[in-house]
Formats: sequence, C-alpha cells, structure tokens
Amino acid sequence: MPHDDHDHPHALLPPEPALRVKALETILTRKGLIDPAALDEIIDTYQNKIGPQNGAHVVAKAWSDPAFKAALLEDATSVVAELGYYGRQGEHLVVVENTPEQHNMVVCTLCSCYPWPLLGIPPGWYKSDAYRARAVREPRKVLAEFSVTLPETTTVRVWDSTAEIRYLILPMRPAGSEGMSEDELAVLVTRDSMIGTGLPKVPA
Amino acid sequence: MNDCITYAAPEPVFAEPWHAQVFAVTVALNEAGRFDWPDWAERFSKTLKRHGLSRELDGGEDYFTAWLETLEALLIELGEASPDRISALRNAWEEAYLTTSHGKPVRLRQE
Repeated sequence: MPHDDHDHPHALLPPEPALRVKALETILTRKGLIDPAALDEIIDTYQNKIGPQNGAHVVAKAWSDPAFKAALLEDATSVVAELGYYGRQGEHLVVVENTPEQHNMVVCTLCSCYPWPLLGIPPGWYKSDAYRARAVREPRKVLAEFSVTLPETTTVRVWDSTAEIRYLILPMRPAGSEGMSEDELAVLVTRDSMIGTGLPKVPA
Repeated sequence: MNDCITYAAPEPVFAEPWHAQVFAVTVALNEAGRFDWPDWAERFSKTLKRHGLSRELDGGEDYFTAWLETLEALLIELGEASPDRISALRNAWEEAYLTTSHGKPVRLRQE
C-alpha cells in the first residue's frame, strides 16, 4: 500500500537534495525574489507545453515551403520567433540542414545547452558525460548506437552548442512523403532527428 | 568508461519533483535578472567538470545534484543566502515533515 499509516505515521521525508531545494525556495520567496505560483507555471510549461512538437512543426513547414526553409536557414531565430517559439535558451538559434553529403549532429560539450523553445528539456543521455565526450570524438560510433548508419560518402559534422548559440538539425525529408500535408509530415519528425542522433520516420 | 549510451524513450521531463523545483527556481531567478544565462552555464559546466573527474556522470540524478550545488554557491556569492541560513531552513523543513501527520499539508512552523 502506498499510503500505509503504519509505515508512514508522518509525511514522507523527501530526499536530502529536495530539503535543500525547499530551503532555497523559502529563503528566496521570503525575500520576494521568487513567487511559488510562477515556479508552478514554469514547471507546467516545460512539462506540458514545450517539447519536440514545436521543432517538428518548424521542420515540417520547412519541408513544405521552400521560401520558409530559405529564411529559416538564413536567420532561424527571428523566423521561429514569428511562429511563437522564442524565449529562454532559444535566444540565438542556428538551423543546419542535413544533405546526402553531410549529416549534422548536436552536442553540448560544456554542459547541456539545447534549444528549449523548440525541443523542451534535453533527455538524460544528452546530458551524460558519455554522449558529451564521445559525440565529438567518435560520432559515427555514437550514431551506430542510436541505430543510425550513414553511407560511407556522407561526412558527419558535429556542432557544439554554447550558452549563446543553439542548433537545430533540419533532417532530410524522407522518401515516400511526397504529397503529405504539413501536419502529416510533422508526425514523422522525431526529437532525435532534430538533434541529429536519429532520422525521421519513414511513412508507412 | 561505459561506452554504451542507452537510449530509453519516452522518459519524463523531470524524474523527481525536486529536479523540476530546482530547475524552476533557477529559471525564475534568471527571468528576474538576478544572473544571466551564459554566466549560469559557465558556473554549471565547472561543477559538472569537477564532479565528472571522479566518476562518469549519467545525466540523471547527478546532473541535478550538480545543478543544485551550483545554484547554492551562486546565491551565496550574490549574498542572497548563507550556508547557515540554508542549513537552518533545511532542518526546519525536515522537522516539518517529521512532525506533520501523513496526508496533511507540510508547512514550516512559524519561526
């Protein structure tokens, strides 16, 4: 039983770091530096509203509209801002396009910089030492672990994010997707395909 | 070094409630202009690097442990918190949890 009074006569004690976070929250709230309601809103936004669906929308639009794609590659920050995707960790966005000649993938060797407004919070592996170290050193091996195999003739370029510049990969539009609508295309765009550790889904 | 990156999908955005809380506190302070993000990223990456010297970080719990340590140090440096104050309130919260009946909202006792 998760709520057995014999096991927990008092409220369940949270883990040590959680107590320290609560201490900081109390200090900052009492000083008027943060507002608990605003914290809930931030969490709700990142948990429910911001995610890879935003990036997928941008990619699908680029696949459907050549003028949009050209503008996106030219100045991604303002183009995606017009779609409503801006804010923290999206300040300076660069979109790089995959081609038959060059596959691109993104890493942050410094910490975990990531285009939040378009992809949400990065997955655990993106933040791991293993990925951060190996993406640069042996990208093809890392890609193979993600089940991505590329033709020998395709070069792999790795883009290292910083606190100032975030990258989004524009994957190649999959074969068999001709004639699909923007909404149908967006479903093919996976999070990993926009980090470069995956490819878009192929239409059934 | 573990050479295998395990890929599990889909995963929750935050594995633990306190991960979400410490993230939100940091974003809120940044939005309020208490520090800028490049400064945060530089400090955070230093903590990660230091923690990563002794063992390989998996990007999960250890990532937010480093995050919390960075935030505490930053707030102390900015003069917004002190180690004594943090520790006193941490103890006050622990006591509040241990003395609140299960199911009741946990609140700090008036100091």
